[in-house]
Amino acid sequence: MSQYVLRRLMIAIPSLLGISVVLFVVLALAPGDPFSELATNPNVPPEVQAALRAKFGLDDPIHLRYLHWLNAMLHGDWGFSFVSRMDVDTLILQRLPATLYVIGSAQILALLIAIPVGVYAATKPYSLFDQIANTLAFVGFSLPTFFTGILFILIFSVTLDWLPFVYTTDIKGTGIRWVLEMIRQAIMPVAVLGLFQAASMTRFVRSAMLDVIRLDYVTTARAKGLGQAKVIVKHVMRNAMIPVVTLIALQMPAVFGGAIVTEQIFRIPGIGSLLISSILSNDTPVVMAVTFVFACLVVLFNLIADVLYGWLDPRISLR
Amino acid sequence: MLDKELRSMIGKVKDGRMDRRAFIKRMAAVGLTAPLANQILALGGVAMAEGASTYKPTKRGGGGALKLLWWQGPTLLNPHFATGTKDQDGSRLFYEPLACWDPDGNMKLVLAAEIPSIQNGLLAADGKSVTWKLKPGVKWHDGKPFSADDLVFTWQYAKDPATAAVTIAVYRDITVEKIDDLTVKITFPQPTPFWADAFVGAGAGQILPKHLFADFIGSKSREAPTNLSPVGTGPYKFVEFKPGDLIRGVINPDYHMANRPYFDSLEMKGGGDAVSAARAVIQTGEYDFGWNIQVEDDVLLRLEKGGKGKTVYAVGGDTEFIALNFTDPNVEVDGERSSMKTKHPLFSDPAVRKALSLLVDRESVKKAIYGRAGRTTANFLNGPEKFVSKNTSWEFSIEKASKILDDAGWKPGADGIREKDGKKLKLLYQTAINGPRQKTQAIVKQACQKAGVDVELKSVVASVFFSSDVANPDTYPKFYADIEMFQIPLSQPDPSQHMRRYLSTAVATKENKWQGTNFPRWVNKDYDAAINAADMEMDPVKRAALYIKANDLMWQDTVFIPVQHRLKVEAAANNLRPVISGWANETDNLFDWYREE
Repeated sequence: MSQYVLRRLMIAIPSLLGISVVLFVVLALAPGDPFSELATNPNVPPEVQAALRAKFGLDDPIHLRYLHWLNAMLHGDWGFSFVSRMDVDTLILQRLPATLYVIGSAQILALLIAIPVGVYAATKPYSLFDQIANTLAFVGFSLPTFFTGILFILIFSVTLDWLPFVYTTDIKGTGIRWVLEMIRQAIMPVAVLGLFQAASMTRFVRSAMLDVIRLDYVTTARAKGLGQAKVIVKHVMRNAMIPVVTLIALQMPAVFGGAIVTEQIFRIPGIGSLLISSILSNDTPVVMAVTFVFACLVVLFNLIADVLYGWLDPRISLR
Repeated sequence: MLDKELRSMIGKVKDGRMDRRAFIKRMAAVGLTAPLANQILALGGVAMAEGASTYKPTKRGGGGALKLLWWQGPTLLNPHFATGTKDQDGSRLFYEPLACWDPDGNMKLVLAAEIPSIQNGLLAADGKSVTWKLKPGVKWHDGKPFSADDLVFTWQYAKDPATAAVTIAVYRDITVEKIDDLTVKITFPQPTPFWADAFVGAGAGQILPKHLFADFIGSKSREAPTNLSPVGTGPYKFVEFKPGDLIRGVINPDYHMANRPYFDSLEMKGGGDAVSAARAVIQTGEYDFGWNIQVEDDVLLRLEKGGKGKTVYAVGGDTEFIALNFTDPNVEVDGERSSMKTKHPLFSDPAVRKALSLLVDRESVKKAIYGRAGRTTANFLNGPEKFVSKNTSWEFSIEKASKILDDAGWKPGADGIREKDGKKLKLLYQTAINGPRQKTQAIVKQACQKAGVDVELKSVVASVFFSSDVANPDTYPKFYADIEMFQIPLSQPDPSQHMRRYLSTAVATKENKWQGTNFPRWVNKDYDAAINAADMEMDPVKRAALYIKANDLMWQDTVFIPVQHRLKVEAAANNLRPVISGWANETDNLFDWYREE
């Protein structure tokens, strides 16, 4: 087992290096530069732009810039944003709470919907409930979040005037009022994102359940006279959840990475909106850091999933 | 003519035979506006008027919170590093200049005690120096006194190339010396008709505290903690900053202006897009003020119906234009396209340029796209009013354009596209990706088609189009197209900087890495002479005439086809009384904002 984990770890390190090289090269080759706004400003002579480029090392050859970045990164220096002239890690830490809160809540909402609905639908395949759940799931993941987001805003903010549509980190009030306001402003983004995730997850849970529910040992359990609830929960769900747990583990990076579209629509100051604004302003150090963190999380959770598999099914780690 | 009349009027004001307000009214009647009328008075020996304030509250504070929505949030709070106006706006909440511009382009005192004029002896008659008196008793937010040292320091800070300040051009060539604690003298290397640039306005004028920045000048400039947590003299004190997302401030109880500010706290929220910002202010009233609402007018009109807010407009000098390429973008000479060694194959015939100008339907563009936010124009230079030519006119006529082309020998071929000497009238028309611009492209293309001119449209991502990236072929200064459309903001109430861009010495070429500002690559000796003369001309009337002449030369040669004179559009709650100037940043007059109860 420990050998298996070690082997996996050894694979993870070169993958991360490879990912960082690709990201760096792509960003370096991408058009646009962080000082484009200065180009039309008559107060900024070309010398200043050139000085800024030199100061930030933009004129060095790519491989030197990459080595410099890698060295800094190994020393825990994430670089600093060209646009904010602020350390990238501070910038990311500032954005993390909103992302974790909103996207995390949406994931929990998705699970709370997907597991019961998926399980129940699988126990009664092709029943009326199953068909309704299936239809809704299809509608749910066919509608993009930018559409449902604007629809929600039009209904709940503009027409009904119930909920605010600008998410703010600066809420007046303390104690219970603050908590209530935090919940109130998160309702729409969490609902939009949660329902979208729930739709695809429901389908997944349902099919995982269906795979297991037909196996012989389930029939045996039933034949032994166990109650329906006990069979489903103890025998079927437990085994059906193995791939579902993996799916959730692999979706964890998304929780940290934020939901770009939803964050833009509701002005949530999360990682997703940081990424998009950095891309738009060609703030390469921030884009590099955010995407690299994202890559690390993907690799890490893949590793966790692999290890979990090995633990759940020892045959895998022996191979 | 005007010259003589003006001089006698200035004389009358000087002798007290004519009231200042009457003078400005008369100026307006002959087509000059307040900013220049004022500068004329100043240079004629009469003090520049301070803009009248509309501020009503009779005590400081008590106005609650002010909620501002900037759809592009400020990303740093050092005005001398600002990338774009959003950063100037954010830092201007806390830092202040000596003076700023009000909606009419009048000078409004902020940290200065008096407006310099020849009469009060603060402005040198030869235009080579100006002396500023500072308000006594002003304190930085940390309690340290504000003094002349801070101005001298700000100048040293900004002019140091190692600091890499974006305001360097304003401070590089001047000298700032301290006379006493409350007096500084600025010396210019040459007569400077527009002397109110350094330390004035939000763009370059914001003054930094020496005691907090002294250790962070030059190459250490990035490390200053105060880059992100400003300590200024402004109406609001800094509380919190999250780049791109949020700025918070609270009232400065020691503010140096009586009864100001009105609001107890303020919040500037960033992010999102212009349409939803308009919605949050105009329709739902979640925010008090929305910045730079670039939204089609019919959308705004719809939001305004029964909404909680309205749109607010400010007139400046921004012009949306189509530029014509005077060189050939399709031929490479010594590894350079659009080289100065070539001539544009179609535009070298002035008839083609004239005809193209007749094919741009400004009225339709206004009606379909800009609405209340645009005015049709024939001029490249649209403000301040004093500099705006009355000699030009525009027209939309497919028939006339066709006739001009017919007369010049451009005959329609088998495919309906005009041609002459084997050259087809085919144009590549590029712009930055942007809804209104792409719609304008469509309107122009349609009219051109009817006249037998084939137009191919191209749009480039704004971050590429406006970049200085030498390696990219799609930037606007490279101009690898026949015509291109965009806008260059006129950021101060004076055209000198703006018009210097098209000097023949400023042509963008491979040699200067396309950093030259003359991207149409138009060369005209008369234009150069007029601009260079205007730069030194201390007589305001002659100076205005020179800029009008320069504008008319561009019009005669059809260097630019001006499409719209664009106004600033903002959204404000119905009860908010914002003070917005086309010559200033949105937050520049924030000390005068209040709410009608």
